[in-house]
Amino acid sequence: MSVLTNNLDLFLRAFGQTLQLFAVSAVLSLVLGTLLAALRVSPVPVFRGVGTTYVTVVRNTPLTLVFVFFVFAYPLLDILKIEPYTAAVVSLSLYTAAFVCEVVRSGINTVPVGQAEASRALGLTFTQMLGSVVLPQALRSVVPPMTSTMIALLKNTTVASGFAVVQAGNIREQLADQGDNVLIGLLWVALGFVILVMPLTYVQQVFEKRWSVAR
Amino acid sequence: MSMVLFDVPGPKARVRHKIMAVVGIAAVAAALVYVVMRFIVTDQFTARRLDWINYKQIQLSLVEAIGNTLSAFVVGAVLALVFGAIFAAARLSDHGWVRAPAAVIVEIFRAIPLVIMMFFFYYGLPVAGVKLSAFTAVVISLMLYNGSVLAEIFRAGINSLPKGQSEAAYALGMRKTQVMTFVLLPQALRAMLPTIISQLVVLLKDTALGFLITFEELLRWGTRIGGDAVNFGRPMIPVMIVVALIYIGLCLLLSWLATYLEKRNRRNKKVIKRDDNKAEMLVLTGDAQG
Repeated sequence: MSVLTNNLDLFLRAFGQTLQLFAVSAVLSLVLGTLLAALRVSPVPVFRGVGTTYVTVVRNTPLTLVFVFFVFAYPLLDILKIEPYTAAVVSLSLYTAAFVCEVVRSGINTVPVGQAEASRALGLTFTQMLGSVVLPQALRSVVPPMTSTMIALLKNTTVASGFAVVQAGNIREQLADQGDNVLIGLLWVALGFVILVMPLTYVQQVFEKRWSVAR
Repeated sequence: MSMVLFDVPGPKARVRHKIMAVVGIAAVAAALVYVVMRFIVTDQFTARRLDWINYKQIQLSLVEAIGNTLSAFVVGAVLALVFGAIFAAARLSDHGWVRAPAAVIVEIFRAIPLVIMMFFFYYGLPVAGVKLSAFTAVVISLMLYNGSVLAEIFRAGINSLPKGQSEAAYALGMRKTQVMTFVLLPQALRAMLPTIISQLVVLLKDTALGFLITFEELLRWGTRIGGDAVNFGRPMIPVMIVVALIYIGLCLLLSWLATYLEKRNRRNKKVIKRDDNKAEMLVLTGDAQG
């Protein structure tokens, strides 16, 4: 217990950084992922190709490799100097965007073709169809898995600990420097993540139960 | 492709799509040209920066690094499958005192980031006098996290079988174990195999997290050779391209196996139509993990 109480400000600061890193990357990856999903369902084959290639490459690349690229390799290209924190945000957003894209796309695909056909037959415009028929249904099947994807993003922020970005994963280093008990410290970090993730999992399950549509 | 959102295009729309295609190709080409220009301008592919390929010792160390990655993957996968099977069985148990602790353990290990688990086993345990090698720490963490996800996948797979299957088996007088081993498991496994393999792709990617606890795997090899400023002038870009290609290649091989099995399942009439796709969603979203 003393490991936690003596370093309370360290723990709070680190978890605050984790949440900040998570929030920024979440927003960016949601925006980018939705754009990618739009590319992947677009009627233009080139756009679909770009979307598919991006998703295939990123889904099969380890996140750590993306981090290594942006922290160690990218600076050699002399394009734009970025801080480790920015590199972490960019890596996490680019990586998570691929999964957001897949979740959104699979959500759109769960809406039966008949729904869109019927709305067109009724004379709804494209925006009306999208806004009041397809998206409300798609959203129901998108939100629960999207919550899981965001949980994964929250946990992934710890990968940044290998790259000089302050967040909950670094608490270990700081405790080790002070000569505190690392074992206990890591258990507290793990507990912190359980506390952060559990409510999200609960929310996800509630959504899933309430919104599950029989098809 | 998804035709939900669009009608079959008419002549005007086709022209518009062609224009957009040209713009799209131009944008992609411009981006590629820019990247290649940066590579050339900053001399990423000079002879000195590619020289490392010629050294036998480096080639051997590359093979060794791939071997380490693969052995962590294989050992981790086997352990995770066993862990998953045991905990799925426990979570499906009729006895509350077995079900509840199993559920708690699975949920907790799914909530803790893999990195923290690896730190715990590699940096934490020595404090208590238990010294584990980086390989063991990686493998144990992979087992605990991916095993928990696999337990959920197995459980979702068995729960997604139509109720009539187990009801009919019970009506025939089978016991719970018999229902499970003769009726539910064979059908669930056949239907679930592609999903399980997709989860193994995640496990393969997760081995790269071993980089953070100095496990000598492919990525660490890459940063070592790529960071060598004395002999090769920091060939980080070419080395990372090679490393990325190896990772993507290995993962794609596994993904293709999953897709192939899935296609074969779709053709095969013996494969049962399941009630939901919860297990697939578990993989899709769990995939976002490192």
